[in-house]
Amino acid sequence: MSSMPSQDRKRKISWIDFIVVAVVIGFFVFIAQRISSVLIYKWDWSMVAPYIFYFDDDTGEWVANLLVQGLATTVRLALYGIVISALIGVIMGFCRTVNNLFLRMVARVYVEFIRNMPPIVFIFVFYFFISSQIMPLLGVDDFARNASPATLELIRFFAGDPLLFSNFISGLICLAMFEGAYITEIVRAGIQSIPRGQWEAATSVGLSRFHVLRYVILPQAVQRIVPPLANQFINLIKDSSIVSLISIQELTFMAVEVGVSTTRVFEVWIITAVFYFVICYGCAYTFTRMERRMGRSRR
Amino acid sequence: MNESVTAPVIELSGVSKFFDQFQALREVDMDVRLGEKVVVCGPSGSGKSTMIRCINRLESHDQGRIVVDGIELTHDMGNILAVRREVGMVFQQFNLFPHLTVLENCTLAPMRARKLSREEANRVAMEYLERVQIPDQANKYPAQLSGGQQQRVAIARSLCMKPRIMLFDEPTSALDPEMIKEVLDVMVELAKEGMTMVVVTHEMGFAKTVADKMVFMDHGEIVEVAPPQTFFNDPQSDRTKQFLSQILSH
Ligand SMILES: Nc1ncnc2c1ncn2[C@@H]1O[C@H](COP(=O)(O)OP(=O)(O)OP(=O)(O)O)[C@@H](O)[C@H]1O
Ligand SMILES: [Mg+2]
Repeated sequence: MSSMPSQDRKRKISWIDFIVVAVVIGFFVFIAQRISSVLIYKWDWSMVAPYIFYFDDDTGEWVANLLVQGLATTVRLALYGIVISALIGVIMGFCRTVNNLFLRMVARVYVEFIRNMPPIVFIFVFYFFISSQIMPLLGVDDFARNASPATLELIRFFAGDPLLFSNFISGLICLAMFEGAYITEIVRAGIQSIPRGQWEAATSVGLSRFHVLRYVILPQAVQRIVPPLANQFINLIKDSSIVSLISIQELTFMAVEVGVSTTRVFEVWIITAVFYFVICYGCAYTFTRMERRMGRSRR
Repeated sequence: MNESVTAPVIELSGVSKFFDQFQALREVDMDVRLGEKVVVCGPSGSGKSTMIRCINRLESHDQGRIVVDGIELTHDMGNILAVRREVGMVFQQFNLFPHLTVLENCTLAPMRARKLSREEANRVAMEYLERVQIPDQANKYPAQLSGGQQQRVAIARSLCMKPRIMLFDEPTSALDPEMIKEVLDVMVELAKEGMTMVVVTHEMGFAKTVADKMVFMDHGEIVEVAPPQTFFNDPQSDRTKQFLSQILSH
């Protein structure tokens, strides 16, 4: 059923609402007026539009151009980043709660290392380490260079331009490691928020440690983890713009390029903002729906 | 009488327990025989909870020996699990699993730790829920029940593992007065059926009806062990006398 809880709420418009609306409208009118009168900015969307899609006269088809390609890379970064950072976060979050001192230390060092550093600094340092040391070690460049045409197609579909494959993977790892630290803390807090009595009751009926976690602690922890986790995933999407600094050709990188070459800075960045907004809002909306569904099934 | 009846099923000898510098148990010796009902009392902080939590290893003891049902408790995880499957525990705060229904609370351990099928586990669970008189609440969540009902579910949950021993740590202390009786009634029934029970409680009426043996603890020591008759009418130690006069005066 599509009935939302918000329908229960009273929908009465008061004079405060009128004032708020008036202030908001006034603000935008002011901005628009400043831009047109003081900046003397001439809007020209026609120069930017081809960078989204253009019509190829030779083939007679519409072709996605730089901004959409950048958007595609951002979506890939976001999708893979969410999966990898969630994996890192769940494993490390667990490690933070176990009895084994070594595992706890590893997870702790990881979290503190990343939390106490600006993302840009972390990404610069780590990107150059990963791309110059780890990637050659794993043979990623050679793999992409010597790939068969079929493999190349796969790479192109999943990771974009094969020439930038190693680059893309390095950036992805940086992003996932960075966000993984925050997810680690979310997972740890979720597990530790389950009262000790739950552990005690579950162990005292003879369940093994694994069963206690699997059937008693985690199901309860997940309910508490999901809302902050959703929030962190949206942060990840927004933070993915940082990897433009290490020349990963995602949306922000492309926006800079197009902005420079067309000089239509406002138009380009407004389009970019809309793209980001749509992705982030779409995700936020999906997560809210999921949460509501989960909440309904229990109590 | 044969050996197995007279041999203790719980045997604590010289058990000490430290929390950092603080000694919570001081060389505690205690035997519980099969079918025996032991009521433990004593002032707050005297180590009652710590002692019975050592029996199913929710706390590990630092010195001495604890043997439960012929199994010595050491760091060996297999032994610990084996003991926990034979020993049920009921807590002051019920500690039901809030994300599971009453029925699921009762079937979780039998299915995972005893490998019963779901049908079999459900059957056993319903049998015990009937015994604690709440079969009609089986599909509710714990939060939908009263405190007394929750505690009865907690008892049923433990019984579903068919334990040979039941531990109770102040099972009625968190309950409103009008719900205490329904829980005590269930425990009296259980006692009549011959369950071996170790109960920490200040319900002296209950103690007088069911206890075979009263244990009085103070400052981590067992000060006095006596049958209820002697314990209430003719306590030997001054500390026991003082405690009883306080607790029976209101
Ligand atoms: N996890 C712990 N860490 C440190 N000290 C503890 C811990 N658990 C218990 N203690 C201490 O050990 C002593 C005995 O505690 P215990 O809970 O066994 O007392 P009790 O007799 O059950 O008291 P009550 O009637 O209040 O439940 C107390 O002084 C308590 O502060
Ligand atoms: Mg206690």
